[in-house]
This record gives sequence, C-alpha cells and structure tokens, in this order.
Amino acid sequence: MAADNEHGPHSALRRKLLMGLASIPAMAMMPRSAFAAAPPTSAVNTTGLAVTDTEVTVGILHSATGTMAISETGSIQAEKLAIAQINEMGGVLGRKIKVIQEDGASDWPTFAEKAKKLLVNDHCAAVMGCWTSASRKAALPVFEQYNGLLYYPTFYEGLEQSKNVIYTGQEATQQILESLNWVTKEKGAKTFFFIGSDYIWPRTSNKIARKHIENVLKTKVVGEEYFPLGHTQFNSVINKIKLTKPDVIFTDVVGGSNVAFYKQLKAAGIDLSKQTLLTISVTEDEIDGIGGDNIAGAYSCMKYFQSLKNANNEKFVAAFHKMWGEKTVIGDVTQAAYLGPFLWKMACEKAGSFDVDKVVAASADIEFKEAPEGYVKIHPNHHLWSKTRVAKALPSGQFEIVYESPALIEPNPFPKGYQ
Amino acid sequence: MLGDYSLGDLGAIFAMQGFAGLILFSVYVLMALGLAVIFGQMGVINMAHGEFMILGAYVTYLCSTFFQTHLPGLFGIYFFVAMILAFLASGALGMIVEWTLIRHLYKRPLDTLLATWGLSLILQQSYRTIFGAREVGVELPSWLIGSVQVTDTIEVPINGLFVMAITTLITVGVGLLMYRSRFGQQVRAVMQNRPMAGAVGIDTEKVDRYTFGLGCGIAGVAGSAFTMIGSTGPTSGQLYIVDTFLIVVFGGAASLLGTIASAFSISQTQSTLEFFLSGSTAKVLTLLAVVGILMVRPQGLFTLKVRR
Repeated sequence: MAADNEHGPHSALRRKLLMGLASIPAMAMMPRSAFAAAPPTSAVNTTGLAVTDTEVTVGILHSATGTMAISETGSIQAEKLAIAQINEMGGVLGRKIKVIQEDGASDWPTFAEKAKKLLVNDHCAAVMGCWTSASRKAALPVFEQYNGLLYYPTFYEGLEQSKNVIYTGQEATQQILESLNWVTKEKGAKTFFFIGSDYIWPRTSNKIARKHIENVLKTKVVGEEYFPLGHTQFNSVINKIKLTKPDVIFTDVVGGSNVAFYKQLKAAGIDLSKQTLLTISVTEDEIDGIGGDNIAGAYSCMKYFQSLKNANNEKFVAAFHKMWGEKTVIGDVTQAAYLGPFLWKMACEKAGSFDVDKVVAASADIEFKEAPEGYVKIHPNHHLWSKTRVAKALPSGQFEIVYESPALIEPNPFPKGYQ
Repeated sequence: MLGDYSLGDLGAIFAMQGFAGLILFSVYVLMALGLAVIFGQMGVINMAHGEFMILGAYVTYLCSTFFQTHLPGLFGIYFFVAMILAFLASGALGMIVEWTLIRHLYKRPLDTLLATWGLSLILQQSYRTIFGAREVGVELPSWLIGSVQVTDTIEVPINGLFVMAITTLITVGVGLLMYRSRFGQQVRAVMQNRPMAGAVGIDTEKVDRYTFGLGCGIAGVAGSAFTMIGSTGPTSGQLYIVDTFLIVVFGGAASLLGTIASAFSISQTQSTLEFFLSGSTAKVLTLLAVVGILMVRPQGLFTLKVRR
C-alpha cells in the first residue's frame, strides 16, 4: 500500500531509493557507535506510536480517486518527494519515514474513517493530508479525539485553529487583503464584481474581501454571484459583468466550473489584458485544464508560484520534475504540501520526541529556511507566516510575478472586524 | 440595477442575453439528444452517458495534440476530424457495452441503472489511469476563439454559434434518421412491439445495438463540442448527467420534440433567472419549477417509462 500507487516515481529516483534501501542492512552491520545520533525508541515514543529503532510511520491521506484527485494528486506527489528527501538525509531522529497512504476518494466521511484507521490501527506519528475544507472538517474531530497530528496544505477560509492541526497553506486574510490593496493601488480599482462557487470557502473569502473593500479601501462591490459546484454555463453572468463594467472581477470559482468560466469569458470577448481579473483560486494546476491562452492576463494571488526565483525553489522544481516528470506543474498547494514533512521533522527534532503533545509544543516559531517559497515560520496559532504574491498568467501556463508583499504576513485566522 | 444605463446599452444586453439563452438551449439539446435516443427510444437508463461524452472530449484532446505535433498545417480543421472520430469511438464503445452488458438486462430495467452507474465509475477510473487525474486543456483553432462583433455593443461568441450549428445539424440528422429512414422505422417498430417486429423479419438485436451505439456516438460528438466551453477531466461527465436526465425526463421520454421543447424552456428560464437573480437561486427556482410541472404532468417521469 505504501508507495505502490499508480504514479510510480521515475526510474532514476527509484534506483536511488533502492540503493538507499539496500544500504540499510549494511548499516545494521556497522558498529553500534554509528547509531549514536538516534536516541532510543523508549525515549522518543512514550505514547505508543508506530516507531521502531529504524522506522517511523507517517500517513498520507488525500483523494487519489474521485473529483478531487485533480487537485490532490499534486499534494501527494509533493509529500512523497519531501519524505524521500528526508529519508535520503537520514530520516527523522535517526529513523526513516515509512509511508502509509490512504485514499479519501473525494468523499468526506471516508476521510474521517481513513483518518481513524491511520491513527488507531497504524499509530501514525503524523498525517499529511486533507484538501478541501469539507474533508478537513470531517477528519478534524478524529484527529482531536485520538490526539493525532495533521499537516493541512490548502489555502482556506480561516476561522479555525486546532491543537492537532498545522496549517501550511494561507488562511484567507493572508491571501486576500494584500492583493486587494495591490489592485487598488496599481490599477486604481474602484468597483469589484465577485464570482464564486457556492460553498464555505468562496463565501467566507468574499465576505472578508467585501469588508476590506467597503470598510478599509472605501470602494464598492457592484455584484456578488455564486454558482453551484460543477456549474458549466456562465454566459448570463458574463453579460451581467458587461453591464456593470466593474474595474475588477474577483473570482473564487473552483473545479470544472473554473475551466468553463474562463473559456466562456474569453469567447464572450472579455479581454483580460484590458479587464482586470483577480483570482484566488487559480494555480498552475488549474491552468493545465483551463488552457494558458484562455486565462492569459489574469492576476492570481497566492503565496507560491512555480516561476518564483530563488535558489530553494530552483532546487525544489528540479527535484520535483526529476521524480514526477518534466511536464508536471507545481501549484501553490503542492508547495505547501511539501512543507509539511519538513516542518514535522524539525518539530520532532526540536522536541527530541515523536509524541504528539511534545511535537505540537515545539512547533511554534519553527523556521524553515529552505522552503521553496523562500522562508516560513510557524506562528503559535499553528498557521504559517508567509509572503503573498500577485502574478500574471502567461499563455505558457506559467505565472509572471508582479508583486510580492515586502514583509511576512502574520496569519490571523480569526480576523476582527471581518466576520 | 438597470437605472444608470442608456436604452442602447440595455437593448444590446438583452440581445446578448437572448443569444446566451439560445446557446444554452443548443448545449442542452446536444447533451440530451443521445440520451433521448437511448432512454427515450430504448428505455435504458444510461447513467454512464456523461462518460461517453467525456470519451468524445478525450478523443478531441488527442486529435488536437496529434494535429499540433504532426499536421500543424491542418490544425484549423482538426475539430471536424475530431468530432467524427469522437462519434466513432463513443459509438463503438457503446456497441461493445450493449453487447456485453446492456442486452442481458433489457428485462430488468432498474438493474441497467446500477450496471451503467458501475460502468460510469469504471470509465472514470480508466480515464484517470490513462490520461491522469488532472484536467487536460484542448487547444482550439484560432477561428473558433473570440466573438463576432454584430454592432458596437453586441458581441456573440463564435464557439456558441458553432455549437448552435452543430446542434441543428445533428438534431435534423437524428430526426430524419428516426422518422424518415428505414432504420428509424425498424427502431420504432422494435420499441412498440418486440415479438411482432421480430416476426416480420427485423433483426431486433442488431437494431438494439445500433440504436445504443448511435446514442453513445451522439454523446461523443456532444462531448467533443463541449471541450470549447467546459472542462475535460475524468469526472467532468458528472457535471452534465443531472441536467441531461432532467431535460429528457421533463420532455417526456419517448419524444424527440419533447426533448427539444424541454431544453428550450429549461434553458430560457435558467438564463433569464440567472441574469436577474444569482446563479444558485436561479438553479433552485428552475428545479422547483420542473418539479412542480412534473407533479402535474408525470408522463415523462422515468419510473413509468421502463421497458416491459
């Protein structure tokens, strides 16, 4: 079950991994002093987790099948890459990470069930997983009841903070406020038109955006529209946009609807080089389906883009392509998923233990300087300090970064005055 | 919301809104035609209809990549080739499915519902295995992109017009085939009285197979056309299945004209309401209206249309 899913790593890496595995028996024959770095199991595991002298078990819980597989595949790939790299570096507290992967199958109760399996049957020391807010909400009570530890990669609506979850994506205020300020300043935007899919994340995000627009920027929202998930016909709302002529179209449409929306926007003659469009739901992953030509010129705000220029990111992109193929694109959430295993490793090492309580206590203020997005630090509220970036979509399907917040933005999952 | 606009502006918007409704109408007809043949004529509840559409979409995707790399000079016309291939691929798969699965279940109509639902899951996972879980982008030839400038303010999307043309063509084609050709006569004869049709020398099994194949083939063409306006991914077919059944059932299953009438009324209601209310509310009201009308006129309801 562990690593044998449909997306096998490319042979070069497999060879490397096999070589690594082959060296384990050799290591066992080495003199005892070679293990000086690895503390005894009884010391690092007092709560019955699946930790042996050589291995520690970590769960991966994403949808490999169903609607959400489109988005979650990237996260699985990133987490496997991070774990392979950690194992190559010698593992965590001298122990290699063994992965147990479970499939949430895009079905929220299944996430809860599989989370329970990973915690109760497999005694995973940590779980990298969940993607949609719905799946997180379903699994959260399980993690709290059995005192598990979840690393959650997706940017999301905020309004949540759990002892048992580390949120490696941005919460809504981090993602949205900075970009609204930017578009107001750069484009002189006065009027906004919101279009979103009809569920918790777009509605909460738009609520925050509206408060910011009306109370802080003192400008106007001229329309706010929601469509059921999977809606594919946007001609009427596009006409409405033409009628209201907003300065900025602000979108958080997701999934298959996203593709339909941009295709029809382009077909209707709305030229994104003249009409400013700001989205918080399009990463490189989505552009794969939308088609670069259809969305070129739109602005997306995220904390990470594949085209980000820094040494960490170049190394990350190269490693990712080597493992999963040159054509694979890397979106915001994929990068956030990559952070999870490393943040966990550092917390374990700081705590000197795999015990969840100790790892959680040690998590605050952990810095990850090799993060592809540059630098992140865990806030005591379990979210990450991170920068926000605005980038313009190019026909090639990549983004050109046009703005980066000067400082790290403090995560604020319960924003006052925005609820 | 209409206060600050000049009469000209409003006229333009209403014209464009009219086109939006017509385009939605064409999309709905195209979606529902294949199912109208399969469900309406044969009484088979084909839950895998959406997946047959997506097969057509994937064939289009393969064509577009093939033409891009091997025949860039002919890229402008690849869409027509893709549609024909989509028809053949989905039709062929449909005939295989009929032969291996459906024909054993003609006497157990509710089991076809389960069997085809299972088939849809199998197809989804096969697409995921073959093409990957991510959605694929289909490149369009440049003449299909953009819009026609009718006046200064009225713009009509070209791909919408293209879908309208395709829909008209296929509807007329299916109409002629069903009501003017020998094959159509046989199909209707088999539906009305199977033993008698067999007794007069019609190969009923063959007619079944070709009818099912035809329905699936049309679904493939629809899927191919929808790559212009929608997404192409393993589960995209699920986006269409509810609307498709709604239209066929609402129209009264056995009638082609009913399908067209129902697509027209649903699309116009939907697009008008969407313009004046928000998207989700429009959907709710449309569905409520459909439910209300079906309560008064349940003839189209598919539980009554099972084959005995």
